[in-house]
Amino acid sequence: MSGKVIICRCNDVTVEEIEALIDEGVTDIEEIKRLLRIGMGPCQGRTCIPLVMAILARKTGKKPDEIPLPRARVPIRPVRVEVLVGGDDE
Amino acid sequence: MSKVAIIGGGIIGVATAYELAKLGEEVILFEKNYFGSGSTFRCATGIRAQFTDEANIRLMKYAVERWEKLEEELGFDINFRQTGYLFLATSEEEIEAFKNNIRLQNKFGVPTRLIDMDEAKEIVPILNTEPFLAGAWNPKDGKANPFKTLFAYLFRAKELGVDAREHTEVVGFEHEGDVITAVKFRSNGKVESVKVDAVLNAANAWAPLINEMAGLKRDLVPITAYKHQLVKTEPLERGQAEPLVCPPSWDDAYIIQDGEDGGIICGAGIEHRAKSLDDYEPTYDFLRGVLRYATMIAPPLRYAHIVRQWAGFYAKTPDKNPAIGKLLDNFYIAAGFSGHGFMMAPAVAQAMAELIAKGRSKVPLDWEWYDPYRFGRGELRSSAFQIG
Ligand SMILES: Cc1cc2nc3c(=O)[nH]c(=O)nc-3n(C[C@H](O)[C@H](O)[C@H](O)COP(=O)(O)OP(=O)(O)OC[C@H]3O[C@@H](n4cnc5c(N)ncnc54)[C@H](O)[C@@H]3O)c2cc1C
Ligand code: FES
Repeated sequence: MSGKVIICRCNDVTVEEIEALIDEGVTDIEEIKRLLRIGMGPCQGRTCIPLVMAILARKTGKKPDEIPLPRARVPIRPVRVEVLVGGDDE
Repeated sequence: MSKVAIIGGGIIGVATAYELAKLGEEVILFEKNYFGSGSTFRCATGIRAQFTDEANIRLMKYAVERWEKLEEELGFDINFRQTGYLFLATSEEEIEAFKNNIRLQNKFGVPTRLIDMDEAKEIVPILNTEPFLAGAWNPKDGKANPFKTLFAYLFRAKELGVDAREHTEVVGFEHEGDVITAVKFRSNGKVESVKVDAVLNAANAWAPLINEMAGLKRDLVPITAYKHQLVKTEPLERGQAEPLVCPPSWDDAYIIQDGEDGGIICGAGIEHRAKSLDDYEPTYDFLRGVLRYATMIAPPLRYAHIVRQWAGFYAKTPDKNPAIGKLLDNFYIAAGFSGHGFMMAPAVAQAMAELIAKGRSKVPLDWEWYDPYRFGRGELRSSAFQIG
């Protein structure tokens, strides 16, 4: 493959960065997530987390279902602050 | 050289492992989950020397000096930046209290000063100046990336030979009288043990359980887990709320712009006692409550989107000061950091490593103040100034 392959579109993370981290011994998806900010973007990882799991499975020889999914955070979709605090007169 | 076991792979345990290895000790570090999985990876990134008592001011003055050189020492980008802390007063009495704190902080070389709301507005462009009378401003306070800081310490610790084990839970000890001779741990469902010369309990919210394993009363160091939560907005343009901004009289509500992605992190002291030591469920009342305060501090936040909310533990002692010191001949503790464990880590880790390896430390840490036996004697300190 040539050029940069972006895995996390929200936070601009490439496959090279992920593989380099795994090579340094960081193989827990929660740790990879935080060091590279994967899954922390507005899409909450819907795009990138499955791809990271696949890379992790390939590099560590684990089966994808042996890799625990990172905890999902509320809100699942971004919500405007206004909606939560109510009108000006509240 | 002796062999030291550290229990807890949060920032305190990992940083102490590094400092001990630097002193030439052999270290084995246990983390039952993944590194940082306790309070450390949930923290709001803030670092400040604006405390209200001598012990915490002096410790944090020293810690900030270490923070200033940490990136170079660890050879890793940890995004430490001195963007300041701005506390805001809503009454004349509060201004008086700020002035007293500032005097004490200045006495120990912390350059906090009282500022008016025009200056505050220059520092925080989205600030609503109307409800506030004055600010306590220390430009040397700041923030750093907790994920990168923990790994920076961990990578260097491993290079120095630390045997760092994650997904490995300590389940008990072997004793000879009061002396701990071995640590029992479970990994991949198997229990094994390793001989050690000393043990550090750095398990924070879980520390009382470790003390019990060492044959002490669970409540000798009473630490309660309170759920502390944060809410984060989508990225805003840089420079909108770079310092941590907090009116203490509004439930210690605060906002701070994330040094990495520019989202605004919003916190407040709306706390719930955790139902268990894995109760990390965020709550809706917190979400509404914190945003009400955040939009009063910075009205433009009304138009931002919330992208995430999470919860972690403030591991609190009755006086909100941590327990740091020796519990038995070869058993030590550094735990119960409420909202200050991240910022204190560089200083506490060095002090603890020096205590274990040499029996004394050059860090200006007031051992008597943080004495882990003070609770048993009913001798509380003045409450550490805690935000959120
Ligand atoms: C929402 C929030 C915001 C915060 N904001 C700030 C801030 O702005 N600035 C600041 O300085 N501090 C802040 N804090 C506090 C700070 O996060 C903590 O004080 C600090 O992370 C404590 O670090 P620690 O290493 O003592 O504990 P932890 O990070 O909790 O680590 C303890 C570790 O011990 C492990 N463990 C427990 N039992 C065992 C066992 N039997 N065997 C092996 N391992 C075990 C746990 O899994 C855990 O990882 C905040 C906290 C929260 C929750
Ligand atoms: S693509 Fe990674 S968080 Fe959206």
